[in-house]
Amino acid sequence: MSETNQSKSLFRLALQRLLFLACLGLVGALMSATLVRFAPGYGVQERELDPRWRAESVEALRQQQALHQGLLSYYVHYLAGIAHGDLGESDSLKRPVRELLRQRLPVTGSSVVRGLGAAWLAAALLASCGLAAHGWFFETSTTAFNGLLLSLPSAVVAMLAVHLRTPVFCAIAVVVFPRLYSYTRNLLLRSYNQPHVLAARARGLGSRAILFRHVLPLAAPSLLALFGVSFAIAFGAAIPIEALCDSPGLGQLAWQAALSRDLPLIVNVTLIVSLVMLVANSLADLAGRTFAGSVQ
Amino acid sequence: MKSLQKVAAAILCAIFVLMLLATFLLPAPYARQFRDVPNAAPSSAHLLGTDALGRDSLSRLLYGTRVSLLLAPAAALLSTLIAAVLGSVAGILGGWFERIALAATDLSLALPWLFLLLVVRAMLPLDVPPFVSVGIAFLMMGLLGWQASVRVICAAARGVRDSDFLLLARSSGCKPARLLWRHVAPNLRPLFYTQFLISIPIFILTEANLSILGLGVMEPMPSWGNLMRGFEDFSMLLANPWRLVPLALLVIVVMCFQLVLPSQEVTQ
Repeated sequence: MSETNQSKSLFRLALQRLLFLACLGLVGALMSATLVRFAPGYGVQERELDPRWRAESVEALRQQQALHQGLLSYYVHYLAGIAHGDLGESDSLKRPVRELLRQRLPVTGSSVVRGLGAAWLAAALLASCGLAAHGWFFETSTTAFNGLLLSLPSAVVAMLAVHLRTPVFCAIAVVVFPRLYSYTRNLLLRSYNQPHVLAARARGLGSRAILFRHVLPLAAPSLLALFGVSFAIAFGAAIPIEALCDSPGLGQLAWQAALSRDLPLIVNVTLIVSLVMLVANSLADLAGRTFAGSVQ
Repeated sequence: MKSLQKVAAAILCAIFVLMLLATFLLPAPYARQFRDVPNAAPSSAHLLGTDALGRDSLSRLLYGTRVSLLLAPAAALLSTLIAAVLGSVAGILGGWFERIALAATDLSLALPWLFLLLVVRAMLPLDVPPFVSVGIAFLMMGLLGWQASVRVICAAARGVRDSDFLLLARSSGCKPARLLWRHVAPNLRPLFYTQFLISIPIFILTEANLSILGLGVMEPMPSWGNLMRGFEDFSMLLANPWRLVPLALLVIVVMCFQLVLPSQEVTQ
């Protein structure tokens, strides 16, 4: 395929992804609105239960609520709000969801990015060492250690992080690392066992040159796809870790929202996190395809 | 089967037998309080001591093991059933249905699973009786945990779609439902078993995470997750290391499941 054709197909793919994301955002917003609208207790205000309020005042409150009770008008109102960046108000914290997200997203983003960095570095280093050292001891000890980490619930890792006073990103790295390591190791081993790598080894090429010039380029598209998936693992791990480590991020916010049944907050947090995940996955996918094309 | 796999399978069988016989082995009902001896050390009367409310820790551990080890396979069975039906139908039908099913699967896989569980849990009442909380946890995990299996099953069903025996069955006038039940499902059965086994440790860990966060199985009913809620008090844990037994049991069970499954299936 010529270079122009390849860049055209990549551009088309990027456009398709953007369109897909826009549609998904719309569908996600409508689903979020439906969840909030049909949740038990929607539209009931605490003031309605206050015996000090007169019946006329309570009725006036209900009339005020009824403005958006129709499903279609509710959807239109909700989507118009989202278009203006208004994600509604948290029931439990009585603050705009947008403001809460603006405060919490950077905290979680920083922990997740640093945790992912540490996990990827450790996984890549250990998997590369595994290629160089084929010994029984290395194989058994890393598999056992990895299995042990995989068997620990992330909430237990979080409690351990609290006791050891380690930063949140370290706990995220400990949760993500074993998942990354097993995949990375398998991908590198599969590439390492390819006939052309065997030929390079037979010709006496150094192990570093084999790794960087033959093994990594072959495994790179799959590793990049895994990079997108690792974001989802890290964000998932952030919930128990932030909740138990008392880190004021999105994970803690989602947990508090679930405990106080604050549906507008948790639904919007999930919507935003999902969009972040999908953007990360799409970017990783595009990068993987670009890389695969350039290698070919 | 390698010797290590045999050992792991034997350990799992022993723990499952212990779980089933829990009713006869329980020294006391799991919720009964021995108010004279709260936070007691292991003794002949209480082999694993008592908790802060004076409840026998061994009874709670045995009953908690039963709850966790029944809940996770039940949820895994439900999610595998959903994945089997959806994946087989998508793989055999192909076309638009397959594309939509796979797009929905990809979308669900991109979401952090715990966020999804929290949204669903937030929609349901929190102040529920313990048995209801077990049912909610089982349904949540079973109904939301099928995505990864669908992809694998759909790919395998796609491979069966163009096979000669299926062509013969179609040409003999076999109806789609019968085709799926009598011809496709038996060929995919090993895959269903593998997906079922892969899901169990995932659901055990998810239940533990949810219960530690107070969103899973509710007190006084024990599960491995809510038995580990006390780990937040590290000084107490250092003074009473036997309280780590639920975590040790959970780690052993999850590691045994990892060992029982062939390595290439674990990494799918």
